Parts: sequence; C-alpha cells; structure tokens
Amino acid sequence: MQDIKQTIREFILVSHLPGESPDSLSDETPLQTSGILDSLATVGLVSFIEKQFGVELDVSDTSVERFDSINEMAATIHRKRIVCRT
Amino acid sequence: MARRNLADLLAASTARCPNRLAVVESDTRSLTYAELDEQSDSLAGFLSQRGVRRGDRVGLAVPKGLQAVISLFGIMKAGAAYVPVDISAPAERGRRILEECRVSALIVDAASLALVPSHAAVQVIVVGATPGETVGARFNDALDSGRHVGQRVDVDGDDRAYIIYTSGSTGVPKGAVITHSNALSFIDWCSDAFTPTADDRFSNHAPFHFDYSVLDIYLTIKHGATVYLISEELARRPRDMARFIAHHRLTVWSSTPSALMMLVQFGELEACDTSSLRLVTFGGEVFPPSHLRALQRHWRSPVYFNLYGPTEITTACTFARIPSDVPEDRETPYPIGFACSHCETLVLDDAGREVTEGAEGLLYISGPSVFAGYWNRPAETAAAFLDRGGVRWYNTGDVVRWDRTEGFTYVGRRDRMVKRRGFRIELGEIERALYLHTGIREAAVVTVPDGNLGLRIVACVSCRNGRPSIVELKSFCATKVPTYMVPDRFVFKDHLPRTSSDKVDYQTLKSQMAEVA
Repeated sequence: MQDIKQTIREFILVSHLPGESPDSLSDETPLQTSGILDSLATVGLVSFIEKQFGVELDVSDTSVERFDSINEMAATIHRKRIVCRT
Repeated sequence: MARRNLADLLAASTARCPNRLAVVESDTRSLTYAELDEQSDSLAGFLSQRGVRRGDRVGLAVPKGLQAVISLFGIMKAGAAYVPVDISAPAERGRRILEECRVSALIVDAASLALVPSHAAVQVIVVGATPGETVGARFNDALDSGRHVGQRVDVDGDDRAYIIYTSGSTGVPKGAVITHSNALSFIDWCSDAFTPTADDRFSNHAPFHFDYSVLDIYLTIKHGATVYLISEELARRPRDMARFIAHHRLTVWSSTPSALMMLVQFGELEACDTSSLRLVTFGGEVFPPSHLRALQRHWRSPVYFNLYGPTEITTACTFARIPSDVPEDRETPYPIGFACSHCETLVLDDAGREVTEGAEGLLYISGPSVFAGYWNRPAETAAAFLDRGGVRWYNTGDVVRWDRTEGFTYVGRRDRMVKRRGFRIELGEIERALYLHTGIREAAVVTVPDGNLGLRIVACVSCRNGRPSIVELKSFCATKVPTYMVPDRFVFKDHLPRTSSDKVDYQTLKSQMAEVA
C-alpha cells in the first residue's frame, strides 16, 4: 500500500507540482476538489494508474468524491486488485 | 410558420416529427420532440406564473442532462434569456454573474445551492434531491404546476436569447448578450455549410456556458435530428466517451481540439467502430497538426472543419475545410479560413488601413450574428466596436494574416487574452486572484507553449514572508477562478522584472519562463 501511495505521489509531484516540497503533498491533500488536478490532469493520472497497476477504473471509481486524495486513490487500486485476483 | 426565435425551431420540428428522438442522455433517458416541446411549455408556464417576464434573465446552473435542455427552451419560451453558469467553477464567481444580470429565476442543481444570488425575489427551481429542507420548487413539481398555464409569450428576433460570460481583463467576467436573430443567422449558415438531415446524430460535448453548444443543440433541433449529450462525467472518461460515440453511432462531432486530443491519447479509439462519423468540427483553439494526424489515423471517414469565432459573434465567423489526410510533413497549424457567408470581415493595420495580402492586422466582423453588447457595460461595449462606412464592426482583438488561397491565418493577440481548451482567459483575472492571497507581494502570469496541450499557464510570484506551498496557492486560486484558469506552474522570485516605467516586464518574464517551465 505504501508503494502505491509513493508511486502516485511521485507522479503528481513531477507532472503537476514541479518545484514543490514533497512534504506539502500529504496522503490526505484533496486533489480534485481543491483544483490541484483539473479534469485533464485527472484523465492523465487515471491512465497512468491503470497502466502502472494493471487495473481498469470506471466512472464510479474516479468520481470527485471518492478519488480525491492519495489515500483514496490507493484504497481504490487496492480494492480493484483484490477483485481481479478473486 | 414565421420563424423568429430559437424556440420556433422546436415548434416546427415537433409539428413535422413529434415522435422522433430529440435529445438522448443515455439508453434509458431521452426525449422525443413532442415531449421536449410539451415539457418546456410547462416550464415556461411555471416561470410566467412566478413572474418571469419577457426580457428577464434566468440563470441555468445544472449538470448536462435532459432537464438542462428542457430548461433552455422553457426559459426562452417564457420570453427570458438564459444565463448558463459553470457549476464546477467557484460558487462566488457564478453568484456574482447571476447577481450582475439580476436573474429573476434560477434553475439550479441541488448540490450548487451556494450559487443562489442574494438579491431579492429570485424564483429558485431545484434539480435533483435536496437532503432536508427544500429551497424553492422542485423541477418536476414546477413542470406539473406549469402544465396548463398555456400562456404564450411573444418572442422576437431582437429579444435576448442568452448571455454568456467570458473572462474580463479587469478581473471581472463580462456577459455577451446574444439575440435570437444573432443565433438564428449562425444556425442557418451551419445548415448551408454542413447540410444536416433528420437522420443525423449530433454530439453535444461543450457545456452550455460555452457557446459551441449553440451549434449542437439548435442545429439538431432545426433539422429534426437527435442530439446526444456528453455529460461532464463522461467528458472526463475518454474511453467511455469513445464507446458512447460508437454505441450511438454518432454522425456529427464538435468539440475543442483538447477534447479530441484527449480522445486520441486515452480513448483507445482502435477498439471502437466510429465509422458512422461523417462530420467533425473543431474550434476554440489551435489544433497541432501532429495531433490532428493522430486522430485521423482512427477517424478516417469524416469531413473536417476548423471553426473560428469569439462568443460575441455567436460561435463562428470563419471556417476552413481541413483535409481528411493531413500530410506527414505539415507542421504549421491550419488557417481559420474564410468568412462564413453570414459574416463580413475587415482587416486593419495600426493606422486603420485595410491590409494587403500577406500583411498582418486586426480582424473585424460585421453581420447579423454580431452581438448586441455586454450586459450593463456601455463603455466596454462601445470600445468593442468600430464605426466604418456606416457599418458596426466588432473588433475581435485577434491579429490575422490574409492570403488569397488559404484565407485568414490566426497570428495572435496584442492584449493579454489567451485561449485554452476553448475557454478565453484574461491573464489579468488570474493575477487579480493571486493578489487576494495575503502572502503574495507581486504576481505576474504568462503563458508558454506546451508541446502536448497547447498552452501552459505560469504564475511568477514574489512573497511577503516565506513562500506558501504550491499546493496552497493552487487550491487558493481554485476558490477564485475556474480550474482551467489555475496556473500549471508557479515560479518564485525575489522581485519581478520591471521596465523603466516600473511596469512588470512581461517580455523578459516570458522569455525567462520559456526556459524554466
């Protein structure tokens, strides 16, 4: 789970927050509702996550309410992977 | 039947083909012409009953869906102009817009009640479920209550159809007022240029606060065709959007190049049969030829058009037919082409002389689609027009070059307005938002080219004590301006470069940023 979070964090820092101190981006920082990621950035992040973690995310998985922080994203990926394996 | 307003298009098509599908939201949610006509009549009845009069403004702040389309027609049938508001933008911005044009009613999503203006006597109609207390009337109850009012309001060509707000250079959005005859003249041009039939299945990708939607909705309705709504949710899901196009066998697609580039990059187009597409129009920003080629590898069948035009002239005033097989070696973007037949063009140099072929100048537009003015802004309205030879010419502010074979080529702007994802952005509005942050001493916003997606917005700031985090600054901006205006990059400096007259030196800043960002 920590690996998942770290991978997402690095992607967001490099792609959308260059120059930012990693400490400013916590696992709880709202990303969609805060405007840090706009809709286009979210599309790019979803695509990255799908390729990186081999999951397919649908509309309900990535809604603003449930896919807003690194914690929520990691939990979704985790859940999807379990579903895939069973 | 004499056709004087946009709602007359619906009446005529309903008379011809009441049982055909007019609007589709999903497999289970759609409206026939008769249903759309009847339900918008009911809404108009309710609005009239509640005191909405001819010439009034009615706010529209709901997610894309059947109720939003019923609302467009209901509002216009009541004689009012609709004022579409971006519900994803900060509520404060939307509320100011609704207050400025003194809406007498507001149709609003249950999740966006923060938009309800503070001025008295606003009738509120709520779409969707509200937990707890109900504010105003529910949409379905409003339709029930307005069903048998049967009041007909006379609506003329000169009546206002809608007011769309665009970013303003002073930091406050300004509303372009479009009349029914403005919009009808554009729609009639579309009929000639694109020859739609009742069998066409149009997409509607643009949100209603973006005037590209005028083409999708009213051209469809005029021809008794069907429009398929791309919800905000679906627009964020390129793979599902591609499946939607294939599943519904859409024949006409219109959107910004950004949306098309997103489809190519993330939509897995190779997995979808989109051979039904016969026409693709794009506009609102430059389409880099490499991305256009990538799209055409998947979408081979359609005819392509590049449309150009500011909101003030109603969606489009020039057009260019683009080859369906953009050559491999083409690197320069395609021109914006020739004047649409309902528009006249004029290109003037700095001295006010008409330019010769190959020279650059400002593009002016006249004709029946040119707007009436900005809502409540006589000075800005006057400044937007040039009187020449007894004709009122709208100054687009866009610098173009004229060429006999290619038509107009877009060169750029002399002011600080940019276009991104089809939206107009005044960089001054972003600076104004940044200055509201207590930690910021100086702020200057510039754009630099971004190979992938057109433009990147860079904010250069100097701070009072210590620098705030970028996370904080981005979040702060998003509470003041829509997310498409939030800077992509922040660069911190001790001092911003200044010219000898102590103004921010944007030229220097821009060249510095091109290297940094």
